[in-house]
Amino acid sequence: MRLSFARRVWPNAAAVLLFLFFIFPVYWMVTTAFKPDLDIISTTPVFLPLHATAAHLVKAVHASGFWGLVGDSFVATVGAVLLSLAIALPAAFAAARMRFRGRKAFILIIMIAQMAPWEVMTIAVYLIVRDSDMLNSLLPLALFYMMMVLPLTIWTLRGFIAAVPRELEEAALVDGCTRGEAFRKIVAPLLAPGLMATSLFGFITAWNEFPLVLILNKESAQTLPLWLTQFQTNFGDDWGATMAASTLFTLPVVIVFLILQRKAVGGLTAGAVKG
Amino acid sequence: MAAQFTGTRTRPPGGPAAPQPPESATRRPRGGSSLARGVPYLLILPALVATAALLAYPLLRNLVISFQVLDAFQLIQHTTQWAGFSNYTSELSSSVFWDTTVRSLAFTAVNVALIMALGTAVGLLLNRLGKRMRLLLSLGLVLAWAMPVVAGTTVYQWLFDSQYGVVDWLLSELGMHSMAHYDWFAQQMPTFTVITLMIVWQSVPFVALNLYAGLTTVSAELFEAARMDGAGPWRAFFSVTLPILKPFFLSTTFLEIIWVFKAFTQVYALNGGGPQGSTETLPVYAFIEGVGNQHYGTGAAISTLTIVILLVLMAYYFRIILKQEDEL
Repeated sequence: MRLSFARRVWPNAAAVLLFLFFIFPVYWMVTTAFKPDLDIISTTPVFLPLHATAAHLVKAVHASGFWGLVGDSFVATVGAVLLSLAIALPAAFAAARMRFRGRKAFILIIMIAQMAPWEVMTIAVYLIVRDSDMLNSLLPLALFYMMMVLPLTIWTLRGFIAAVPRELEEAALVDGCTRGEAFRKIVAPLLAPGLMATSLFGFITAWNEFPLVLILNKESAQTLPLWLTQFQTNFGDDWGATMAASTLFTLPVVIVFLILQRKAVGGLTAGAVKG
Repeated sequence: MAAQFTGTRTRPPGGPAAPQPPESATRRPRGGSSLARGVPYLLILPALVATAALLAYPLLRNLVISFQVLDAFQLIQHTTQWAGFSNYTSELSSSVFWDTTVRSLAFTAVNVALIMALGTAVGLLLNRLGKRMRLLLSLGLVLAWAMPVVAGTTVYQWLFDSQYGVVDWLLSELGMHSMAHYDWFAQQMPTFTVITLMIVWQSVPFVALNLYAGLTTVSAELFEAARMDGAGPWRAFFSVTLPILKPFFLSTTFLEIIWVFKAFTQVYALNGGGPQGSTETLPVYAFIEGVGNQHYGTGAAISTLTIVILLVLMAYYFRIILKQEDEL
C-alpha cells in the first residue's frame, strides 16, 4: 500500500516544486513592484506582501520620458506588424493558392529568412542605417522589425489561407467574381482570426527586441527594452522601481501570450508528430 | 518562433496533396494566360524586395565589412580601407577567439542538454498528472514562457542580488552560510550558472508544453501494450515515446541549439559578458569587439565566422524538417 501511495504522491509533489520554480521569478517581480522599500531590503525576505504600495509604479511611470518610450515602442512595433501584414498577405496568398514556377524556392527562402541570425548582424545594420543618416529614429527600427517578423507572418498566413476551403472561393468565381473580389469577399473575412494571431506573434517579437535598438538608437527614439536594461543603472539599486518597470513592460506581452498560447502549442505538434 | 514552421500543415496527414487541375487551363481564356502567369510573381514581389533589401543586403554588407579595416577613424572619415583577409587571420590565430568559440559551444551544449532533459521530464510529468495539477503546472510554465527576455534578465539580477537577493538568503538559510551576500556576478562560473538557470527557465516551457501536446496524440494503447509486454517506465520511454516523437525531439533539439548559440540578450544584459569578458559568447564577443571597441571590421569578421557555424547547424535542421514537410 505504501508504495502505491508514494507513487501517487511524487508526481504531484514534483509538479508543485516545478510550479514554484517556474512561477517564482514572475511572482517575485510583481510582488517586489508592490512592496514598500522596508520590505524589499529587509534581512529576511517578505514573501507575502501584506502592505502593498503603488509608489514604485508611480515612480517608474513618472521617470523621465516614460510615456515617450511607451509611444516609441508602440509606433515601432505596430508599424512593423502592419507593414509585414501588408507585404505578407499577397505573398501568402500566392504561396498557398497559386501554382507557379519557383514557388518551392520562395517558400524555402521564407523558411531560411525565419532563421536569420539578427543577433550577429547588428554591426552591418548599424553601418547601413548610419550611412543613410537614420540613426536615432524609429523608421529603421520599424523596417527591420518588419523584416524580423515577415517570414513567420507569411508562413502562418499561408497556413490560414490554405485552411479556407477552396470550394468557397471557386463558388464565388463561378458566380462571376474576379479572383481579387473572391479574395476580398470570401477569403479575407474568414482570415480575420488568422490575421489577429499572426499580428500578435509579430507584436511580441518586435516589442521584446533588444540588440538592434541597443546599437541603433543610443541617443533618442529608444524603446522600452533598452530603457529597462538601463533602468537599474539610472536608478541605482532601486529594485522596487526596477521591478515595477519590468512589470509594466511585461504586462502587454503576457496578455497577448495568454490569448495565443493554445495556438502556439497545437501548431507545432500538429506537424511534428505525424510520423 | 521558427518552431511554428513545422506546424502549419493543413492538409490531412497521410498521402500527398490531392492533384489539382491546372488553373489557367480550366478557367482562363488562353489570351490572358501570360498576364495571369505573372500575377503570383507580382504578389510575392514586395516580400522578395523586402527580404533582399533588409536581410540579404545586411548579410552581404557584413561580409564586405569583414574584409575592411573599419575603426573609429575610418568610420568618421567615411573612408574605405581594405584589409584583405587580415581580420580573419588575426581572429583565427588569436587565442581569445578560440577560447570564446569553445566557451560558446560548451555553453550551448550544457544549456541544450539541460533544456531537453528537464523539458522532456516536465512534459512526461504533465502527461501523468491529474487535471488540476496539470493546469497549475501549465500556468507556471506559460507565465515563464511569456516573460520577455529583457524583463527576465532584470528579475534574475534582482533574484541573485548580493545585498538583498532572495537566492543568497535562501542558500544561507539552507545551511550554506558562505553564500550569504555572495556576489554571483564577480566570477565566470557563477555568472554562467545564473545565465544558464535563466535560459533553462525560459526554454523548458516551450519543450515541455509541446512534448505534452505531442504525447496526447500518441494512442494510449501503445503504452498499454508496452506495459503488458513487461516494459518499465524507462523502457516505455525509449522504446515507444522516443521513436514515435523522434521528429519532435530532433527538430526541437536543433531549434534550441541554434537559439542558445546565438543568444545575445541574456548574456549581454545580465552581466555584459563580464567579469573581464570571461562570459562572452560569440555573438557578445562580436558585438563588444565591433561596437564596444570600435573595430567594426573585426567584429564583422567574428560575426561572419559565427554565421558560418550557425549555417552548419541550420543545414542539419533543414534536413530534418524538410523530410517532415511533404507539403512544400
